[in-house]
Amino acid sequence: MTDLAKIRNFSIIAHIDHGKSTLADRLIQFTGGLTDREMSEQVLDNMDIERERGITIKAQTVRLTYTAKDGETYELNLMDTPGHVDFAYEVSRSLAACEGALLVVDAAQGVEAQTLANVYQSIEHDHEIVPVINKIDLPAAEPEKVRAEIEDIIGIDASEAVLASAKSGIGIEEVLEAVVSKIPPPQGDRDAPLKAMLVDSWYDPYLGVVILVRVMDGAIRKGLHVKFMQGGTEHLIDRVGCFTPKRTDLPELGPGEIGFITAQIKEVDEAKVGDTITTVKGGAASALPGYKEVQPVVFCGIFPVDAADFEKLRESIARLRLNDASFSFEMESSAALGFGFRCGFLGLLHLEIIQERLTREYDLDLITTAPSVVYRIQLRKSRTDDAREIMLHNPADYPDPSRIEQIDEPWIKATIYTPDEYLGSILKLCQDRRGIQIDLTYVGGRAQVTYELPLNEVVFDFYDRLKSISRGYASFDYEQIGLREGDLVKMSILVNNEPVDALSMIVHRSVAEARGRHMCERLKDLIPRHLFKIPVQAAIGGKVIARETIAAMRKDVTAKCYGGDITRKKKLLEKQKKGKAKMREYGNVSIPQEAFIAALRMGEE
Amino acid sequence: MARALYIHWPFCLKKCPYCDFNSHVRATVEVDRWKAALLADMRHEATLAGGEALGSIFFGGGTPSLMPPDLVDALLGEAERLWGFAPGVEITLEANPSSVETANFRILKNAGINRVSIGIQSLDNEALGFLGRLHNVKEALTALETAQSIFERVGFDLIYARPGQSLDQWRAELLRALSFGTGHLSLYQLTIEDGTRFATDVRQGKFVPLDDDEAADMFALTSELTSAVGLLPYEISNHAWKGEESRHNLTYWRYQDYCGIGPGAHGRRGQIATVRHRKPENWLEAIASYGHGISEERALPTSEQASEALLMGLRLREGIDLDMLSQRFAISAGKLVDAARLDFYTQQGLMWQNGHRIGVTGAGMPLLDALLGELVPAELVSA
Ligand SMILES: Nc1nc2c(ncn2[C@@H]2O[C@H](COP(=O)(O)OP(=O)(O)O)[C@@H](O)[C@H]2O)c(=O)[nH]1
Ligand code: SF4
Ligand SMILES: [Mg+2]
Repeated sequence: MTDLAKIRNFSIIAHIDHGKSTLADRLIQFTGGLTDREMSEQVLDNMDIERERGITIKAQTVRLTYTAKDGETYELNLMDTPGHVDFAYEVSRSLAACEGALLVVDAAQGVEAQTLANVYQSIEHDHEIVPVINKIDLPAAEPEKVRAEIEDIIGIDASEAVLASAKSGIGIEEVLEAVVSKIPPPQGDRDAPLKAMLVDSWYDPYLGVVILVRVMDGAIRKGLHVKFMQGGTEHLIDRVGCFTPKRTDLPELGPGEIGFITAQIKEVDEAKVGDTITTVKGGAASALPGYKEVQPVVFCGIFPVDAADFEKLRESIARLRLNDASFSFEMESSAALGFGFRCGFLGLLHLEIIQERLTREYDLDLITTAPSVVYRIQLRKSRTDDAREIMLHNPADYPDPSRIEQIDEPWIKATIYTPDEYLGSILKLCQDRRGIQIDLTYVGGRAQVTYELPLNEVVFDFYDRLKSISRGYASFDYEQIGLREGDLVKMSILVNNEPVDALSMIVHRSVAEARGRHMCERLKDLIPRHLFKIPVQAAIGGKVIARETIAAMRKDVTAKCYGGDITRKKKLLEKQKKGKAKMREYGNVSIPQEAFIAALRMGEE
Repeated sequence: MARALYIHWPFCLKKCPYCDFNSHVRATVEVDRWKAALLADMRHEATLAGGEALGSIFFGGGTPSLMPPDLVDALLGEAERLWGFAPGVEITLEANPSSVETANFRILKNAGINRVSIGIQSLDNEALGFLGRLHNVKEALTALETAQSIFERVGFDLIYARPGQSLDQWRAELLRALSFGTGHLSLYQLTIEDGTRFATDVRQGKFVPLDDDEAADMFALTSELTSAVGLLPYEISNHAWKGEESRHNLTYWRYQDYCGIGPGAHGRRGQIATVRHRKPENWLEAIASYGHGISEERALPTSEQASEALLMGLRLREGIDLDMLSQRFAISAGKLVDAARLDFYTQQGLMWQNGHRIGVTGAGMPLLDALLGELVPAELVSA
């Protein structure tokens, strides 16, 4: 056990690419956690996806042992927290496990929206914020300007900000000194009943579920019988340790310490982030505050391109779920796409990550339907059914419109931070997406706008549009602010007069026509010509709101069939048949898989 | 039933940029060796598929008009000795319209050739340049005139739907072609085949093929104009006066047996499909080693034969007799074509049905490949 006064728990806050991972690597290297040979770049981002995208998905922690200039040896626990709003709750728990944060700001880029959101959260947790201006080695670095920005925009004292270059190893020791001298040590009572916060959990094929904990009071050691106060389950601790970043077993974790435990747990579901761990005997009376069950907010259907892969998809989803309790799935069948799963996610990035892992790690070809949010629908009484409330997350389940009393949709508060030259287009985008402007402020050449927006307009393609109109300079962050009533309708797409369920979506009446027209135009290009002409329509109920016609094919023939050589023609026919096998039949129309995928990704034009 | 014999001569003076036939350019050809080899290949075929007299012989290529007339004479002599000729045997030779070749026409006629098909390809000098042809319009017309004065049955080929060609330009060219009064015309739309120089050109953006809509309009115009002068479109690209159809080619399309000798030639002997070595040198070597040029000989399952019969038969205006095919392959008519789809496309005006005969209408012809994909059940199409 380490003396409380010698412990420092901190996280690193940074906008993406400002150097969080690089700095963490340097700190590990400097304190000797790994030899140079063992250092593979960005030790903390474990998954391929994390490395490639430069985002952290799972909270990670490393314990650094640092002998400071005051001659004392400190235990520094560095938490790398998920860097995306989709994982806001996990972030909040990670922050609750720390007493301070390093605020890393790129000396050339300055403060960005994500920085703001995270820093405010950190301040809410009463953290001591230590500003680090990184990348001072860059020719475009303007540390003084950034220092002023931190003070102006965030409102914290940046006069003692550490100037660093994580890449060239400048200022690393100063960062460590600042951690020791500025961030307060944790508090805790060794003699009080055990109270440890479950910060994160993941599945390890050898150890089973590994749980990251921050001990508040008491101590946790091998052989202890513990209780998860929210989950209501009891477990026997069989391993206690920390990461340096190598996994290292420890006899115990005392108050103020961060580390991991294992307890023969098979599913991450049983180890919910934010839960309080205490002893079965003589345990704490009350749980730690701040526990929340996370709910998926974005849903989509995931189907195998090849129906024969359904079983493989099922297994793969189940396996991913072992490691990520925050997404849900249930079986779904679609006339267009066959058997698949309706999956719920914390947000769009989460959705993309899961989809990408399925494709990559499990080698599956998938079709993902348009993301949809969860609607609350009040149903009127019918002859056979009482008035009741349903939560709808699949347009296919849209009820009989005559029974709908009211539909509520989720709204978010979005904070967008942008160089002011793009402000005009961004305001227009928000306006087009039914946004309500709440606030607009300027700082230097930058604007910060706050909008309330319906989430379904954001899941559509908002983020892509935002990035493209601001050439990637605008940054965006959001929080959910609850449900509001909306004039929402189900828009169906009909191909050759048959509804194509996979393409139906719930939209606001005011944008239905534009969306429908756009969809019909896209499909017109995506569905190959057939031997007859094909109407493509968008409709609300029985009313057609947009229509296009795919002209009939005019020519498809082998002009010459030479010298009795039939083989070639046969090959052509075989190819045709194989191609057809990959399409879905609607009436007499064959729709290629790519058409579904492309039509549903309307944003990427 | 009479037999058909195809003889392939694989050499050309120059490879045309659109051509994916089995044609090769060689500085010299050892005529004696080729003569011996072709005769050997022919004898091999005759021992396996003898009996009936020949109803048609077709010299194709490559450029068979480059064959020394003596060689043609020797081959025909041997063929007659091996099989005998049926009365009115049709003996066709494909010719390119260069002056050298034209000069041989009379000798070829004496050797027994009674029908020529001339590769004119275009009546426009610029287009001939684009198509990489070695002749100009004047030479082509001289060749045609000479042929018409020597042979009773003369036909020629044109390639249309060329990049940049307009409907009016094609109308003018076709009308001129019709004015020569030949009893047979093969009018092929230019298609870009894999592995040709044109395929590379298109990939590199050197030219853009004519778009399908315009090509379809030209197709319709072609049938209209040829029919108007009595040259009926009896096959997708072939037009003839009644009785002037290529009997030899009809053998393929009606899916009857044919022997094919020479490099790359295909043949059907009962349910057996034969293919000969494509590369001239390999074929020669095979002859030297085995006495025949066959590279592949395979008995086709009836399902595959049925699919071939459909692929070929539906190219013809006369269509196919479903009952007959059903009996021939012991496959029920319902399994030969998808009946529901057949009805659907009949309603759409792309197919016709008449008793047990079915066929593709004039409107359906330019869509044949797509129609086949719809009508021929997957079970018949070996994967
Ligand atoms: N020039 C320079 N580049 C840096 C520095 N720190 C990080 N980078 C680079 O910035 C990019 C993003 O760094 P990373 O640590 O992954 O950022 P994160 O997204 O905040 O984790 C990488 O290409 C790093 O090599 C620095 O101090 N100077
Ligand atoms: S002459 Fe005929 S066979 Fe020879 S290359 Fe040209 S098109 Fe092909
Ligand atoms: Mg990173």
